Amino acid sequence: MRQQRFEHQHTADWTRYRALLEQLEQRRRRGAELAEFPGLHRRLCAHYALAQTRGYTPGLIAELEQLVRRGHAQLHHPRLRLGPRALRLMARDFPRALRRHAAPLWLAAALLFVPMAAMALGAYHDPGLILTLIDAEQLAELEALYDPTRDHPGQVRPADSDLAMFSFYVRNNVGIGFRSFAGGVLFGIGSVVILVFNGLFIGAAAGHLSAIGHGITFWPFVSGHAPFELSAIAICGGAGLLLGKALFAPGRLPRLAALRVNARDALVLVAGAALMLLGAALIEAFWSAGAAPVAVKYAVGAAGWTLLALYIALAGRGDDAS
Amino acid sequence: MNRHPREHAEPIDTLRLRETPEGIDLGLRVAGPVPRALALALDFLIRGGLYLLLLPLLALADLGIGLALLAIFAIEWFYPVVFEVWRGATPGKRALGLRVVHEDATPVGLPASTLRNLLRTVDFLPAGYALGLAVSLADRDFRRIGDLAAATLVVHDERPATRRGPASTAGQRPPPEFDAATRAAILAFAERAPALADARRIELAEVLTAPRGVRGTAAPALIADWAAWIDRVTPDGRAA
Repeated sequence: MRQQRFEHQHTADWTRYRALLEQLEQRRRRGAELAEFPGLHRRLCAHYALAQTRGYTPGLIAELEQLVRRGHAQLHHPRLRLGPRALRLMARDFPRALRRHAAPLWLAAALLFVPMAAMALGAYHDPGLILTLIDAEQLAELEALYDPTRDHPGQVRPADSDLAMFSFYVRNNVGIGFRSFAGGVLFGIGSVVILVFNGLFIGAAAGHLSAIGHGITFWPFVSGHAPFELSAIAICGGAGLLLGKALFAPGRLPRLAALRVNARDALVLVAGAALMLLGAALIEAFWSAGAAPVAVKYAVGAAGWTLLALYIALAGRGDDAS
Repeated sequence: MNRHPREHAEPIDTLRLRETPEGIDLGLRVAGPVPRALALALDFLIRGGLYLLLLPLLALADLGIGLALLAIFAIEWFYPVVFEVWRGATPGKRALGLRVVHEDATPVGLPASTLRNLLRTVDFLPAGYALGLAVSLADRDFRRIGDLAAATLVVHDERPATRRGPASTAGQRPPPEFDAATRAAILAFAERAPALADARRIELAEVLTAPRGVRGTAAPALIADWAAWIDRVTPDGRAA
C-alpha cells in the first residue's frame, strides 16, 4: 500500500489518539472517553509495525514511534494511591514479610540486642567503658539529659518544643533505619556495622546512666517508645541483611535476580519499619517526656512489647480476599 | 516474522530495545555518567535552594524548627522519589533531558523509585558517588547499584520527530538496480538533508550520484527527486 494512502486511511485514528494523549498527559481524565484508549493504542502499535515492515519514510516511522511511546508511558502510568497502599502494607504485607524472613530478622535483632546487653552490663560495672565510644564532652551532655533533678528529662529543650523533638527523632531514627537497610547491599556489611554500633551505644548509655543513678529518669523515659524504635531499627537492618543474603547465597538464581527478588520484600520491611519509627517518634516526643507516673510508663512499655509481638505473630494471616 | 532491522544490529551503541505487550520494540537510549552527573549537580543546587526557602520558618521559633526539620528530612530522602514518580525525573534530570524508567520501558513507580533512591546512600560511598560511578562504568547500561537492585534505567528523552512535508515535484525514477536498503537510505537522506551543512549534503549525495556523473549541488537535488518518486510507489517498485 502506498504511504500516502496509508496515511490518508489512518489519519483520523492518529488525530484522535493524539487528542486523547494530550488529555492524559495533562491528567484531565474522562472515564468514558478514555475507555477507547487501550484499543486505539493497540491499533497505533499495529500501524507503527506496518510502517516499519513496509519501509515507509523514516519520518513517518519516527512520528508513529513517538506517538506509541507516549501512549505506552500513559498506559503504564503507575497509580499512586498512598493511603490504601499504606493500609495494605501495615495490615497485610509487612507482617507477612516479617514472618517470611524470620532468619535474617532474628540475626539482625541479635546483632542489635546482644552487643546492647553486653555493653549495658559492662558499662554498668565499669563507668569508664562508655568513654571508649564517646568523648567526655558528649558524656556530660548525655548525663545532663537524664539528670533526675531536671524538669524535663530526655529533652534539651522545654516541653513546648514537642514538635521540634518529634521532627528531630524522625529525621535521626528514620535516617539510621534507611542507612542500615541500604548498607546491606554491600554484602550485608553496612547493616551489621550500623546495628552493632547502635547496639553498643544504646547499651553503653543505658548501663552508664543506671550506674550513676540516672536510671530513675532514663528507664521510664525510654520504656514507651523503645519497643517500636528498637524493633524497627532491627527490622531495617534485617532488610539490609536480606539484600546481603541475596549476594552471599543467591540459591538457584543469578545474584542480580536474587537481589531483585529479595529487594522487593526488603522494601516492604523498610517501609513498614519507617512507619513504626514514625509512631515511635510520636510516642517519644509527646508521651515519653510527659508527667505520667513511672508505673504507668512501664505499663505502657510492656503493653507496647505485647502488642508488637501479637501484631508480628497474628496480623495479615488468612485469605487475601478477607 | 518481520522485526525492526535495528534489533539485529550488534549493540555497539547505547540503544536498548524493549518489546512491549503489543509486540513492538521501543528503543531506550541509556544515559552515561556525564549527563547524569550534571543532572545530580543541578539537583544539588535546587535542593540548596529549597533549604534556603525553609529559612523563614525559623522565625516561628520551636514550631518553625520542627517543621523545618521535617521538611529537611523529606527533602533529604524523598526529593528524588517525589519527582520521579510524579513527573518521571527530578528537575535536574529533566533539564538534561533524562528520564527514569523501569527496565521494561514503563514509567518508574513508587517501589522502584524508593529503592533506587534509598540505595543512593551506598552509591555515594565513600565520597561523591565514587562507588556508583565505578559500578555504572562496569555495566553496559550504566546502572548504579540502586538501578541494578530496582531494575531501573536512566534514559535520554526521545528527540522530537522531524517530518518532511509532501514532495513538491513528481520526482524522477531512481535507477532500477537500487535495492530496498538503498531506497531506504535515499528516503532517510531526504529527511535529514535540511539539517546538514551544504558541503556535507553534497558529499553524502555524491556517494550515489557520482558514478552517474552528477556532482555538486545537482547531487542532492537528484536524490530529492528520487525520494519524491519513491514516496509515490510501493517499496518493491510497482506504481500504486
